[in-house]
Amino acid sequence: MADTSTVARTADGSRGVRYGLRALVVVYLVLLVGWPVSLVVRGAFADGLETLRTALSDPSVVFALQLTASVAVQVVVLNTLFGVGISLLLVRYDFPGKSLLNALLDLPLSVSPIVVGLSLVLVYGKDGWFGGTLESAGMQVIFAPPGIVLATAFVCLPLVIREVVPVLTEIGTDEELAATSLGATWFQTFRRITLPAIRWAVVYGVVLTLARALGEFGAVKVVSGNFEGRTQTSTLLVEQRYQDFEQGTAFAVAFLLASVSVACIVAVTFLRSDSPSSPKATS
Amino acid sequence: MSIEIRNVRKTFGDFVALDDVSVSVPTGRLTALLGPSGGGKSTLLRVVAGLEQPDAGTVEIEGRDATNLPARRRNVGFVFQHYAAFKHLSVARNVAFGLEIRRTPKAETAERVDELLRLVHLESFAHRLPSQLSGGQRQRMALARALAIRPSVLLLDEPFGALDAKVRKELRDWLRRLHDEIPVTTVFVTHDQEEALEVADEIVVVNEGRIEQVGSPDDLYDRPANDFVMGFLGPVTRLGGVLVRPHDVAVEVVAGDVETAGAPADDGAPGSVRGVVSRTTRVGFEVRAEVTTADEVVSVVVTRAEARTLGLEAGVAVRLTPAEGAPTAAAPREEAVGVG
Repeated sequence: MADTSTVARTADGSRGVRYGLRALVVVYLVLLVGWPVSLVVRGAFADGLETLRTALSDPSVVFALQLTASVAVQVVVLNTLFGVGISLLLVRYDFPGKSLLNALLDLPLSVSPIVVGLSLVLVYGKDGWFGGTLESAGMQVIFAPPGIVLATAFVCLPLVIREVVPVLTEIGTDEELAATSLGATWFQTFRRITLPAIRWAVVYGVVLTLARALGEFGAVKVVSGNFEGRTQTSTLLVEQRYQDFEQGTAFAVAFLLASVSVACIVAVTFLRSDSPSSPKATS
Repeated sequence: MSIEIRNVRKTFGDFVALDDVSVSVPTGRLTALLGPSGGGKSTLLRVVAGLEQPDAGTVEIEGRDATNLPARRRNVGFVFQHYAAFKHLSVARNVAFGLEIRRTPKAETAERVDELLRLVHLESFAHRLPSQLSGGQRQRMALARALAIRPSVLLLDEPFGALDAKVRKELRDWLRRLHDEIPVTTVFVTHDQEEALEVADEIVVVNEGRIEQVGSPDDLYDRPANDFVMGFLGPVTRLGGVLVRPHDVAVEVVAGDVETAGAPADDGAPGSVRGVVSRTTRVGFEVRAEVTTADEVVSVVVTRAEARTLGLEAGVAVRLTPAEGAPTAAAPREEAVGVG
């Protein structure tokens, strides 16, 4: 029965490894994520709902939350339109420099947001290449909301594209060609055939973009100027209040930001398991 | 002529898919583009549909120059090998797609969809999604969808290629009957010679970007233009320097033994060759025998009854003669002879 005992020992060993790994992951996640976040929640609710109420009666806080929401919505709209467009270009068409474009699209993920901010200042700032012209036309970009939108859109650029490209590649062109041969124009084909096929990937990309846009800090800090009540977004406000020893407000706003992000993640989890385009449920 | 293809050339990089191809497809007939994979037949079909733009040459559909016409204006029905079903639309909406694009009134669309679903025997599946259909049903739906727009020509790209053998055969018979019912000019691509011989009115044999022969199934089978067509349309064997079909070889058992066998026959009809049976295999009602002659191995097929009468078995000396009037072709170089 040598064979059986070997198998049993292997199984025993793998069980040990399995529980060991589980414990390791749990400890790691608690130390890194669970505990700090729970402290934020505790800080926010230390005095019951009082802290939250005080924070929300502060006009600067309300302004920052509104600015963040408005920036996030604009970024989502911009990046969804451009993201779907760029994805179509990358998957459906061949052109010189395609692999270069493909590589460039990952740049926002690898470059530090501070660098993104600085580079935008170089281009759109008052003394930048393009900023002077814009300013004389009466449009201020840097130290104004348009700059915040630009910086956030830059940072979030790959999120929609990286979701949509694999799905577009997978569905192939047969359905689109079939629609064309049945008389559909490019736009009719896109709206009736392509878009329904990629809709879950787009939704997923939008949710990721939204979560990222709400939390962007570095790039925004450089381009916004961080003027309270004018260009201060929620994340910037959290940092400032924390340093000014207004920890209650900082925790309250941090809690609000975190809960939206958690809601996004929950939404994504449900989309992933239910969406027809997920690998699990392909027909 | 419904489709006129003149001097069409198409290359993909260095690969020449179509090399100066000219062919006419007659109106109202069922035409097969037959050839090996990579021979250019699908490319030719896609050029007709406007899904590929030829590098040179012209395509005329029903007397109208369609070379520069976009696919959506050509009014062709196209059926893909892998169905290309619109997965998020019901069967009925799939079929209605072309009509909705053409802004056909709702009542008329519904009526036409009903009619087509009855035609392809899917009337009870109208509200299902394509993912709830079998492969054969999906392909019938795709056919109904292509027919809905009353196309001037119907093009099918390996329509049964993704189906299993039994369904393929059923669908093939059904397509033939359907075509007799609605005689729309139809071109279908296939690499299966049996499918082409059984279904088509006319066959265009395409190989290496060129047309080898055009003709009726009987023409091609009985009067192949060259060794390629002969070899592609059915099994061939080499006998005395010519290609002949294994079942077109007359077999006589000759007196004598193994030593004298293999000598050139000087006593038989012209073209006859002596040899000795090296192996026999029975497949159903026929017997395949391999006969070794002086300079080749000849495959011969006879019925089981014939084999029994002749006493055909390994070691028997025989004389082989091509049957009178049997199609033959000059044999190409040694290695190119396939026994299919």
